[in-house]
Amino acid sequence: MTINSAEALKEHVAKLKSAAAPETKILVSMGTCGIAAGTTPVLEAINKYIEEKNLQNAFEVVEVGCMGLCHSEPSIEVINTVSGNSIIYGDVSEVQVQAIIDAGADEIARGTKTVERTWYYPEKEENTTNAIQAKVVLKNSGRINPEVLDDYLVNDGYGALAKALCEMKPQEVVDEIIASGLRGRGGGGFPTGKKWQFAAAQKTDEKFMICNADEGDPGAFMDRAVLEGDPHSVLEAMAIGGYAVGAHTGVIYIRAEYPLAIKRLRIAIEQAEKAGLLGKNIFGSGFDFNIELKYGAGAFVCGEETALIHSIEGMRGEPTFKPPFPAVQGLWKKPTIVNNVETYANIGAIIRKGANWFKTIGTAGSPGTKVFALAGKINKVGLVEVPMGTKLKDMIYTLGDGIVDGKKFKAVQTGGPSGGCITASMIETEIDYESLKALGSMMGSGGMIVMDEDDCMVNVAKFFLEFTLDESCGKCTPCRIGNKRLFEMLEEICDGRGTMETLDKLKSLSMTIKDTALCGLGQTSPNPVLSTIKNFEDEYLAHINEQRCPAGVCTSLISYQINDKCVGCTLCARNCPVNCISGEKKQLHEIDQSKCIKCGVCFQACKFHAIDKI
Amino acid sequence: MSSTFAPGAKTEEDNLLVKSPEKLAELESYIDSLPLSENPDRNRGFLIQSLHKAQEIFTYLPGCVQQYVADKLKLHRSEVYGVISFYSFFTDQPVGRHKINVCTGTACFVRGANKILDEFKRYLNIKEGETTPDGKFSLGALRCVGACSLAPVVMLNDKVYGNVTTKMVPEIINDCED
Amino acid sequence: MINLTINNMPVQVTEGATILEAANKLGIKIPTLCHTRLDCFNVEHRSGSCRICVVEVQGRPNLAPSCCTPAMEGMIVKTNSIRAINARRTMLDLLLSDHPKDCLTCEKNLNCQLQALAHELDLHHVLYKGEQSTYNKDLSSRSIVRDLDKCIMCRRCETACNTVQTVGVLSGVKRGFEAVVAPADLRPLSESQCVFCGQCVLACPVGALTEMSYKYDVWKAINDETKTVVVQTAPAVRIAIGEEFDMEPGSIATGKMVTALKMMGFDKVFDTDFAADLTIMEETTELIERVTKNENLPILTSCCPGWVKFLEHQFPELIYMPSSAKSPQQMFGAITKSFYAEKMGLKREDIIVVSVMPCLAKKYEASREEFSTDGNPDVDIVISTRELADMIKEAGIIFDRLEDSQYDSPLGESTGAAVIFGATGGVLEAALRTAADWIAQKDIKEIDFEAVRGLEGIKEATVNVAGIELKAAVCSGLGNARALLERIQRGEAQYHAIEIMACPGGCLNGGGQPYIHGDTTILEKRLKAIYQDDQNATIRKSHENPSIKALYEEYLGKPGSHKAHELLHTGYTPRKCW
Ligand SMILES: Cc1cc2nc3c(=O)[nH]c(=O)nc-3n(C[C@H](O)[C@H](O)[C@H](O)COP(=O)(O)O)c2cc1C
Ligand code: SF4
Ligand code: SF4
Ligand code: SF4
Ligand code: SF4
Ligand code: SF4
Ligand code: SF4
Ligand code: SF4
Ligand code: SF4
Ligand code: FES
Ligand code: FES
Ligand code: FES
Repeated sequence: MTINSAEALKEHVAKLKSAAAPETKILVSMGTCGIAAGTTPVLEAINKYIEEKNLQNAFEVVEVGCMGLCHSEPSIEVINTVSGNSIIYGDVSEVQVQAIIDAGADEIARGTKTVERTWYYPEKEENTTNAIQAKVVLKNSGRINPEVLDDYLVNDGYGALAKALCEMKPQEVVDEIIASGLRGRGGGGFPTGKKWQFAAAQKTDEKFMICNADEGDPGAFMDRAVLEGDPHSVLEAMAIGGYAVGAHTGVIYIRAEYPLAIKRLRIAIEQAEKAGLLGKNIFGSGFDFNIELKYGAGAFVCGEETALIHSIEGMRGEPTFKPPFPAVQGLWKKPTIVNNVETYANIGAIIRKGANWFKTIGTAGSPGTKVFALAGKINKVGLVEVPMGTKLKDMIYTLGDGIVDGKKFKAVQTGGPSGGCITASMIETEIDYESLKALGSMMGSGGMIVMDEDDCMVNVAKFFLEFTLDESCGKCTPCRIGNKRLFEMLEEICDGRGTMETLDKLKSLSMTIKDTALCGLGQTSPNPVLSTIKNFEDEYLAHINEQRCPAGVCTSLISYQINDKCVGCTLCARNCPVNCISGEKKQLHEIDQSKCIKCGVCFQACKFHAIDKI
Repeated sequence: MSSTFAPGAKTEEDNLLVKSPEKLAELESYIDSLPLSENPDRNRGFLIQSLHKAQEIFTYLPGCVQQYVADKLKLHRSEVYGVISFYSFFTDQPVGRHKINVCTGTACFVRGANKILDEFKRYLNIKEGETTPDGKFSLGALRCVGACSLAPVVMLNDKVYGNVTTKMVPEIINDCED
Repeated sequence: MINLTINNMPVQVTEGATILEAANKLGIKIPTLCHTRLDCFNVEHRSGSCRICVVEVQGRPNLAPSCCTPAMEGMIVKTNSIRAINARRTMLDLLLSDHPKDCLTCEKNLNCQLQALAHELDLHHVLYKGEQSTYNKDLSSRSIVRDLDKCIMCRRCETACNTVQTVGVLSGVKRGFEAVVAPADLRPLSESQCVFCGQCVLACPVGALTEMSYKYDVWKAINDETKTVVVQTAPAVRIAIGEEFDMEPGSIATGKMVTALKMMGFDKVFDTDFAADLTIMEETTELIERVTKNENLPILTSCCPGWVKFLEHQFPELIYMPSSAKSPQQMFGAITKSFYAEKMGLKREDIIVVSVMPCLAKKYEASREEFSTDGNPDVDIVISTRELADMIKEAGIIFDRLEDSQYDSPLGESTGAAVIFGATGGVLEAALRTAADWIAQKDIKEIDFEAVRGLEGIKEATVNVAGIELKAAVCSGLGNARALLERIQRGEAQYHAIEIMACPGGCLNGGGQPYIHGDTTILEKRLKAIYQDDQNATIRKSHENPSIKALYEEYLGKPGSHKAHELLHTGYTPRKCW
């Protein structure tokens, strides 16, 4: 099948829509987390049962990408396509499969856990429910089979590309994106339309569209979800961008740690080429566009656009100074657009529905939605997509269902290693680019790591710096040596060797590193330090002045001791990995402090609260 | 064969190209399938994927394999080494038959990944980035496999273990038969 | 034109100029470390990595590295705000926190830009302390010492080796705090395809790359009563050594240098120029032969060991091209340990030949196996211009107050043709002078082949040599050599003769010459001095050197004779590129 004109696309979609389909659909979440959590056997069980009962005509099983319900994987959704009823089941096990299928979409199967739907689709419907989430970027993810092109086509797929190529001039596309106010979702928040305008204005023989799918920020997995759940949306947007700026080659730079996303992208590219949706003369418009995949190799800094370009060029991923900006001189010294996956995933909807529609979502300065990955000490870990301006509180308490084990919320780290922490007192903040910046953090890619009272913020800062140290390219002095020194100072404080002078030096060196580093990595690496000092100075002071770690994390500052509640059950001694607990049965036990590695196993094992963490 | 055999294979073990002609042929056909001639100035752009392929075939990138790739793409060997040593995915050291990688990403960190890593270190008696003397296990840390919901996460070869506790460490190790 | 304000002063610069350049125009010096440019070769290294040169730009959230930030219309810059000064000092402080600070015993003491910076920024206290990187010192080669504990990661050496020379030995390896510059696999240089041109040593602002020193060996030799110690000085040494004694660059210090060498205690002070004349005799014979037979063309010069090694590694298929004539240094050694030894009634083991060279590759060259007999090398010890200067200082000789002396005879006699060996184009010009006379069989007066002079990387000339049209090319810097050879391989260029020198500009810019710290006007002055020295010479053609004539008459027979081949010619070995 080749689709060589806009009409052909319409006809094809009409045909797909009118084709007979089974009444009930079962969507099975087959993203990386889903698979890791065990959806594969569930899927097999479903298929087996349907086959056994000969229900092929009544049920269609669709392997979908991420539904965002990491907390309840394996999860499946049962939908009645006629009535529109749908039920989402979480923590599904193979044994529940029969009951679920038997119950169909109109009745909840017994002995299962259902999950409430918290989202709506602004492109399709009004926000009738009180759902907090609005799915623009993730509109197809979790709803279609990412490996089936027709599934995408029937959901308006490639309609935006057809519209752009056949009804709009390149400049009109650029103007529409400018008007939408779309800002880069890769972290910086730079207006996408403006960037396209720069590249469009360059007069050269060759330009490139790059999709930044490096997603190196640990704890962030929204790009992965898009690529696994809806790969064609990115391809379509890259082609639209190529048309707008005059590029004919697209490159997707994807981290090698995402094998499933790579596989699905490969399939998607092949399908699109076969269908004539990529390649020469797309939709008969005379516009050619091809997309290649390039792989990362484990370097966070390669998410930085100049480093990424060097990496594609086969070099060490070291950033270079800007200007020149990639839009003027990028890949192979040609004008190059680098946009993030999620940024691209917005483009189709903007072209289809228009800039004005897009601006109805989100805030004035930051229109649209943002996908966040909720992780850490939160009950409902997962992906959420909310309009910009949504309150942090709603995300953590409503969507995230609060803190694990009912502990006290302490802080949430946004922006990953480049960001900062937001504390309980700021929980009313309406999240967008500006508000986060004002709090000394940043949007970053959208990872949100929630921390509770058991987390030591000095140790958290040290963790982030360790990450930066590992991932620094080593090119410039402030980041290569400065961050090492910061890390060493944090180590001193965590070990109880820090002084007030250390704290002063920590602050002033942090400021200088921000002021002097060559690339975004170094310019933001002290953020976690500065923001924890600002918000949790008392914790630093406790480490320094009292040699005490209030959260009981820093091992040099804590010890485990057995108190007289000990009944001599020997459990702790049997569990201690270094065998440093001695004591006769039914006698008070004792820990040999010189051997104890402070792993805390005994503390957790003791059922009699006989071990104190001091 | 000997003309394509790259110099620099110092030890017998390093001399992979000579020992495995079929592997070399696989690498060669991969690199030859790349559109190298289209614009030779841009050949370098194929380096990283060629190294991925080479490491997939040889499990690591000894000197002679690096030299082979360098020659094929007409790059200096030092540039290839510069690249390999930059990216944590590549290694020029032999790796164990089983690769244990503990995720030390943020989500896993706040859920106690360091303790898991320490336990592996203790149990295998090796440090991060090392291989046990019997060549059975290599231990590494990686930053987020995107399965943060299951934190802390350990990857054994391609298998993901979620919600890992220190107690599970021996079990995971015992899962490896060979 | 772009208008901006720096430290309250307006300044106008052309589009594309950096803040650093704009400030310079105003007479403001912004300290730099990683940035360097060699104007006369069009080389600029702009990694923007050290961050020493940061300045405050109004409206910009962070500080701007002035070496790579273009000046913009209306920019308001402050180079000396407290914020910029503190940042700069912090950068230096950080660099020093990862640095051995061994200035007193460092090879680059008083020639080090990091040290100079500490002085300039008035830093007297290092605030930050912590782990320092440690590496094994690379003492593997005869030419270059790598002490990476002192490396500040400016990456200037990479530009020298990879971009300028295209030898490609050095690359950044690893990352983060562990990042360093090294050959593949962190191997020692001796196991790489390094040609020992020493351009990286010239580029390195600190003591991380220095030459292998043989000063002590020379002192030992001089003090060994049982040996006759003979020294030869290369053409390019005399026009640069004065710089080490604060003489004006471009001073010709031959006479003072000879005096100093005699004061130091060398038994004989000879001139490599003598051997340069000898080289011309042999090479020109070969040139004329190849041109008349029209075979194996072009002939490539072979007097630069850096270039020869480059060819052996990178173009092994072309090793038939260079002339088989040895370099002047090695011809000198061979003649000294044969002809001169016989003449003086000495055994070759009794003579120690010391070379003073502008070059680090010569140290390696002297150690090549083919240049020794029964384990006794033709040239025993090679020191650089800088090392000689150090020794003169150590000996307490006040160089600029010395009277002139003459070289000893007979290996001290030379011509203007020999001295121009020190500049790119010189070898070819000297050969052409002799070739013209020999082909025309008369004494031609027009001997200034201006077309092959100057510092450009590749020069081409078609010269009419006594009625024969000779197409010649001159190229210096191995990157240029690579470009030229590739053109020849692709059949895009045809020449009869090509002179190639590894160092950009030739030996006057050799790896062993006094450091110029980016001031390329010094190179231009050296160049001028060389041609001045040629003009000053009474004899300006190699074949008219009376000592050379005598040598052939007494000992060698004719140029290209069997004896000459035995002593003065050599062969080349293909080497792996590793
Ligand atoms: C250290 C560092 C890491 C980055 N990592 C990523 C990343 O993983 N993904 C991404 O899209 N952008 C990343 N960025 C931002 C990119 O440099 C770039 O701004 C972005 O891809 C532009 O796309 P956008 O305008 O669509 O956001 C990173 C930046 C820095 C400084
Ligand atoms: S800030 Fe860090 S990552 Fe960025 S260029 Fe400098 S050293 Fe490299
Ligand atoms: S903390 Fe760990 S090492 Fe220490 S006594 Fe308890 S179990 Fe043993
Ligand atoms: S587990 Fe608790 S009660 Fe049992 S021996 Fe240990 S300290 Fe005592
Ligand atoms: S490199 Fe410079 S600063 Fe370092 S020890 Fe040597 S002279 Fe001193
Ligand atoms: S400057 Fe200081 S360290 Fe150096 S020699 Fe003089 S007293 Fe000693
Ligand atoms: S001496 Fe020359 S070839 Fe060797 S590393 Fe230095 S610049 Fe490269
Ligand atoms: S060795 Fe010298 S030139 Fe090279 S990076 Fe280090 S300091 Fe710079
Ligand atoms: S050009 Fe001169 S100084 Fe440079 S390597 Fe050759 S001989 Fe030595
Ligand atoms: S279920 Fe999709 S990212 Fe977790
Ligand atoms: S942080 Fe461990 S999987 Fe993401
Ligand atoms: S001199 Fe400008 S950054 Fe080093």
